[in-house]
This record gives sequence, structure tokens and C-alpha cells, in this order.
Amino acid sequence: MRVSQLPMRRRVWNLGARVLLYLSAGLTCGLLVLLIGTICARGIRGINWQMLTTAESVLRGTVGILPAIQNTLFVIVLSLLIVLPLGVGAAVYLTEYAKNHRLVSLIEFATETLAGIPSIIYALVGVIIFCTALGLQKTLVSGALTLVIMNLPTIIRSTQESLKTVPQSYREGALALGSGKWHMIRTVVLPSSIDGIVTGSILAIGRVVGESAVLMYTVGLSTAMQDFSSLAAMMKASGATLTVALYIYAKERADFTTAFAIATILLGLTVVINGAAALAGKKLKKV
Amino acid sequence: MQAVFFLCGLVAVGFVLLITVYLVLSGLPAIRQIGLFDFLLGSTWAAGQGQFGILPLILTSVWGTAGAVLLGVPVGFLTAVFLAKVAPRRLADVVRPAVSLLAGIPSVVYGLVGMIVLVPWLRDALHLPAGDSLLAAILVLAVMILPSIINLSETALAAVPKEYEEASLALGATDLETYFRVSVPAAKSGIAAAVVLGIGRAIGEAMAILMVAGNVANMPALTKSVRFLTTGIAIELNYSAEGSLQRQALFSIGLVLFLFIMLINVLLDLVLKHDKEV
Amino acid sequence: MQEEPILRIQHLDLWYGENHALKDVALDIPAHRITALIGPSGCGKSTFLRTLNRMNDLIPGIKISGSLTYRGSEIYDPAQDVTPLRKNIGMVFQKPNPFPMSIYDNVAYGPRTHGIRSRVQLDEIVERSLRSAAIWDEVKDRLKKSALGLSGGQQQRLCIARALAAGPDVLLMDESTSALDPISTSKIEDLAMELKKEYTIVIVTHNMQQAVRVSDRTAFFLLGELIECGDTEKMFSQPADKRTEDYITGRFG
Repeated sequence: MRVSQLPMRRRVWNLGARVLLYLSAGLTCGLLVLLIGTICARGIRGINWQMLTTAESVLRGTVGILPAIQNTLFVIVLSLLIVLPLGVGAAVYLTEYAKNHRLVSLIEFATETLAGIPSIIYALVGVIIFCTALGLQKTLVSGALTLVIMNLPTIIRSTQESLKTVPQSYREGALALGSGKWHMIRTVVLPSSIDGIVTGSILAIGRVVGESAVLMYTVGLSTAMQDFSSLAAMMKASGATLTVALYIYAKERADFTTAFAIATILLGLTVVINGAAALAGKKLKKV
Repeated sequence: MQAVFFLCGLVAVGFVLLITVYLVLSGLPAIRQIGLFDFLLGSTWAAGQGQFGILPLILTSVWGTAGAVLLGVPVGFLTAVFLAKVAPRRLADVVRPAVSLLAGIPSVVYGLVGMIVLVPWLRDALHLPAGDSLLAAILVLAVMILPSIINLSETALAAVPKEYEEASLALGATDLETYFRVSVPAAKSGIAAAVVLGIGRAIGEAMAILMVAGNVANMPALTKSVRFLTTGIAIELNYSAEGSLQRQALFSIGLVLFLFIMLINVLLDLVLKHDKEV
Repeated sequence: MQEEPILRIQHLDLWYGENHALKDVALDIPAHRITALIGPSGCGKSTFLRTLNRMNDLIPGIKISGSLTYRGSEIYDPAQDVTPLRKNIGMVFQKPNPFPMSIYDNVAYGPRTHGIRSRVQLDEIVERSLRSAAIWDEVKDRLKKSALGLSGGQQQRLCIARALAAGPDVLLMDESTSALDPISTSKIEDLAMELKKEYTIVIVTHNMQQAVRVSDRTAFFLLGELIECGDTEKMFSQPADKRTEDYITGRFG
């Protein structure tokens, strides 16, 4: 029986290509495993209850990152509170109201530009505009406001994506029942695009948690407890978030156990946030 | 209500204008005082002696980005081909979240691992006096741009019509020959966009390389301590006095970096437009 | 028809998971003839065509048993590499699918894949294939232009040229005119009748007039079974099976 096979040269090429593909994918995964392994191996022993629930104490010689956790939460909440209405509003305008084609592409161009600006530039912008020009000084509020600009594209985009998938028939149905446009948007369009809004918010939280350059220069470097008891106190609160604290412990205090402990916590948060984003996309999607 | 939404829409445009205007206004005075020529082409940055030449910073950013792209693009591109075409479904379902985790890890964490693991390793392996170097920064950047390259390339590859691949297989090409000779060329503008995005990320990264590059404003060399445009800003921003020439020169670096990024955005736009025409 | 059939299929069964898509099919395909496979949609004619060059291998959960031989060698022999097989048995698809490359590169793709690098040789193959596919005069001045700029009919003839350039001796055409206008269709039908001098052609068509116009032999499939096969003229004038008669007289399908 005549059986024909690939010529040698092609067989070698195919084998080589396959090996390269597997090697590259293996390298990518290997790097991740190496990273996670290193971080956890050095970080887990630094994590304990006291560290998570107290501020550091020079007197007792204990480490505590509670202030960094609180500061991070404060920045997340404040920046989301401002960016969500702005971003969702902009997305609603773009998909539901805008008729002027030029204006739409101008806004979309602006959004893309904002998304492409690196965080060190945002750091400068925060320093120039919020800390100095608006006189907010280095405070958590300055940092949160800077992150509002940075996260605006994230919220606009994911809301817009989701709004685009709301079937036109829903809108027509609501309008045919005599509801006004705003009423239609509020009762029909926004609820059906909740998946995009939630996913966008989770992504924004992820960016705030992971951001360091902006916060490094806008929120201050204190690792002491901040006072959040009144509005006036909140306006003045100034201190390191988790990422900034990591940098301080690693680079300025050479306390690598604590730095890796914070890195482990950040890694864990990244896993949770990625998982939540994937889940939100799946579970909240209304077909 | 329409007016409210309209205003929300304009906010993004307003922010871009605000950023541009403030960067230009804050960046120009120092350039005017130092002189554009001395600023861009001066080879010494020594704020203490009043020398503000950023040529070493510009060259470091260019070389650093080129190095990261040179290492990161082949690995990222091949991983994308693997994920989009070759990987068994179950394996792809494991690798994909791994890639998005890689994308989500904060840059200070990359910096920390680079500083504690990579830098000492380089020092010992290459017998250097110190491991903080352009090479260390390139390696960290190469890993950091991997996810953007993988994700965008994979999306482009997955969008190649099945008909092209079927035709190639029916002509007697193997699956791999088909992917590399038909699918990849068909997805080339998406892959090019991925590379441009990677360049953008590499040139804009600050904190991770701040922790591994040594931050001395040398002319770039692989094993020397170097300062990038981004780290040039980062290293002195907290220590420069408000209103000083040093602080203003940092804003000028920011302006230069901003222009670089804008250039890259234009490039990206061209790449994507080219795609629509074909 | 004394000579050995170029393709011989015996006891072919095919399952997609639980679905028994082809049932005990036996068919000889003679060289230098056009064999038409007809039948209502879902009857298995396209599936059958795709077993001949193993394009079905790509579908997960597929199971094939029986014997298929090409020039006496077993197509599904585990030691048989599919790529040389597909080089010998070319295929033209339902929708024109030229690669997003130049016309020249489209035609040269097959020979390049099979290791031909010489420019002179490639030029020669490209011209010969484009001439055989009756499209040379229309494209000879724009070989470097994108193939996507051609009309649908031209694209399909380019795809035929591309298939010919790989050097097959069997050409499978899977409803290759169904996406085209009548003028392009008749050009491709004329082309097929010209090509049978050198090639063996198997076409799947849902158009019975087309089968009558171009084919020498016709095989009628219904619900995965080969109901009847014979000379086209005879089958359309005196079908042996009642079901064939019902189908060709338009009672169903």
C-alpha cells in the first residue's frame, strides 16, 4: 500500500513551530507561577491578624497596615462615587442622545486619549491641578480626584459596550407605551446594561488598588492612622495606600517581609477582582 | 435630563483639554529657561548643579522600550497564536485567566520582585558591581507588556474567518502552516496594534522600573544604572521644592513624555485605520 | 468504463456523536468524469464530499468506518498524512474564499506550501493555473493586487485556479456556484466541463438542472443513504428508485 507522508523539511518546520508555541505559552505561565510563588513564599509569613488590624507602632516595634487598608478603601469609594455618575452619564449621552457624529467622535477620541495616558503623567496632573492649583494639598481626596480622570474611560467604555447590546425593541417598546425618554432610559435601558456598569466598576476598583504612581505623589506618605470621623477630617486625611506602603517598606525602610506581605495581599485582591469581573460579566448578562 | 448627560459627555473632552493645557503651561517655563536645545540634547542631568539635559532619559526610554518589545513581542505573539489556535480548550481555559492575572498585578509588585529577585540574580550571574540596570528594567517591562500583546493579538487572530483556514487546509497545508501563513497575515493589523499598545505601556511605566533601574542619569548601556523619562519624573517629584526650576523641569519631562504618547496614539490610529481599508 | 475507479468507497458509515449521518455508502468515482452528488439539504452529500479529502477530521466527535481508497491506497490509513492527500484531492468551497493577499500569492500558496521556491517555476504554475481556470486574461495585469477586489465569480474562478496550482488530480466542488449569479455560474460550469479532460471532478449541487447540464454520473443521497447512482442521462430519464423519481420530479426537497 502506498502511503504518502510529509517531506522531511516540512515535518521539521512543523515540529519546530509547535515547540516554539508551547515554549512561549509555557514561558508565560511559568513566569506567572514564578511570580506568584516568590511573592507568596516570602509574603505569607508576614501576614497576621495584628498586622491587618492595627497601625504600626514604633514603641512596641509592631507592623500594621490597617491605615493603608482604610486609605485604599477611602480612595476607592470616593473615586467611584464621582466617576460612576460621570462615566455612565457620558455613555448614556453617547449611545442614547448624541446625534452629532462629529461630537461623538470627539468624545470618543478624548476617552481613548485619557485611556492611553500613562499614570506618571496623571501623577503630574494630580500634583499640578488638585494638590497645587485647587489647594487640596497631598490628601486622599486629591488622589481620588486624580483617579476619577484616570478611570473615566474604563467606566464609559464598559457601560457603552453594554448599552449597545440592549435591543432596540426594548427602547421602542417603552416609548410606545408612552414613557418619556429619560423614564425609558431609567427603567429599561440602564437596568439591562447593569452588567457593563458593574464590570466597569470592578475594573476601576482594580485599577485603584493597583495604582501606585498617581498615589505616590498625591496622597502623602504617612503610615499612621487617619481620621475619617468628619467631613472636614476626611478632606485633610493624607496617607499611603497599600501600593504606596509597599513601596515605602521596600525602598525606604528595607522591610521586605512587610513589603512581600503587602504584595501577597495585593495579589490576592487581584485574583478576587479578576474573578469578580469575569463572574459579573457572566451572571448579570441579560439576554 | 439631556443637558445633564451632554455635560457628562463633555467631561472627558474637558479633562483632555485641562491636562493638555496644564502640562503645556507647566512644562514650557523650564524649557524656555533652559533652552529647548540644551534641554532635549543636553547629556547631563544634575539638578544640584543646575544641569537639566534629558538626552540620557530619552535614549534610555527608547532603548528600554525597544528591548522590552524585542523580548516581549515574540513570546506574547506566539502565546497568542497558541491560545487562539492550537491550545486544547481546557488548557486555554487555564492559560487565559493566568494572562489576565499577569495583567492585573500592580506595578509595584513587579518592581518588588524585580528588586529582590531579579536584580541580585543579574548581579551574580553577570558579575556586576550592582544589578540595578537597564537590562533589569527591560526584563521587567518585557513581562509587563506580555498581557496586552497576548490579549490584543489573540482577539485579532480569533476574528480571522474560518473560511481562510479551511481553504488553506484543503490545499494541503498543515494546521500550523495555515496559522502562520494565512491566519497571522490576515490578522496583521490587529497584531501590529498590539505591538503599538505594548510600546505605549512600556514607555509609560514608572514605578516598576523605578525599583530596578538604579535611577542614575547615565547614557543607556545594558548593565549600567539608568533613568527613564518616567522615572526621571518619579525619582525627584517628591523631593523638589515647589516652584523651583528643578520641579518645573520635571513638568517639562512630563510634556515630552506626553508628546511621545500622543505620537504612539496617532500611530495606533493609523494602524487601525489601515485595517479598515483592506 | 473499464479502468479502475480513482476513488472507491465501500461500507462507509459516519457518525456525528449520536447522529448517524452516512449509512453504508458504496460508490465508485471514475477518472475524467464529473460526478454530481444530489439530494435534499441535510441528506449527507456535503458530509460525504468532505470525507474524500478528510476535511471532516476537524469536527470533534466524528466517527468514520468503512473503506475509502484513492488510487488504491486507504484514505483513512492512520499512517497516511492528510496533507499530501489534500494536495492530490483539491477542494473548492461554497462561498468564494480567496486569502486576503494578492492574486499571485493566492495561486502560489499551494505550490509554496509544498516546497516550490523558484520564482520562475512559480510564475509558470501561476500562469498555467489561472489560464486553466479561464481567468488569466481578466487578471494578468493585476496579479499583485488584492484578490478581495475581484467580483464574486472571479473570486471563485481564482479559488479554482488556486486549487489547481497545488497539483491535484481530483477536484471536489461543494456547491461552488450557489453564491454566484447565473452568468458566473455558467462560466464555472463550462470550466468544469473543460477541466474534466485532465481532472476528475465531484460536485455537490442542490440544483438538478446543473447536475443534468454538467455531470456524467449522478449519485442521489437521502437521509444519509445513497439511494441510486448511475449515468446522469439515464438516471434523469428512467430513475430506478421511486424516491429518486419523486425527488427529480420535484415532489420534495
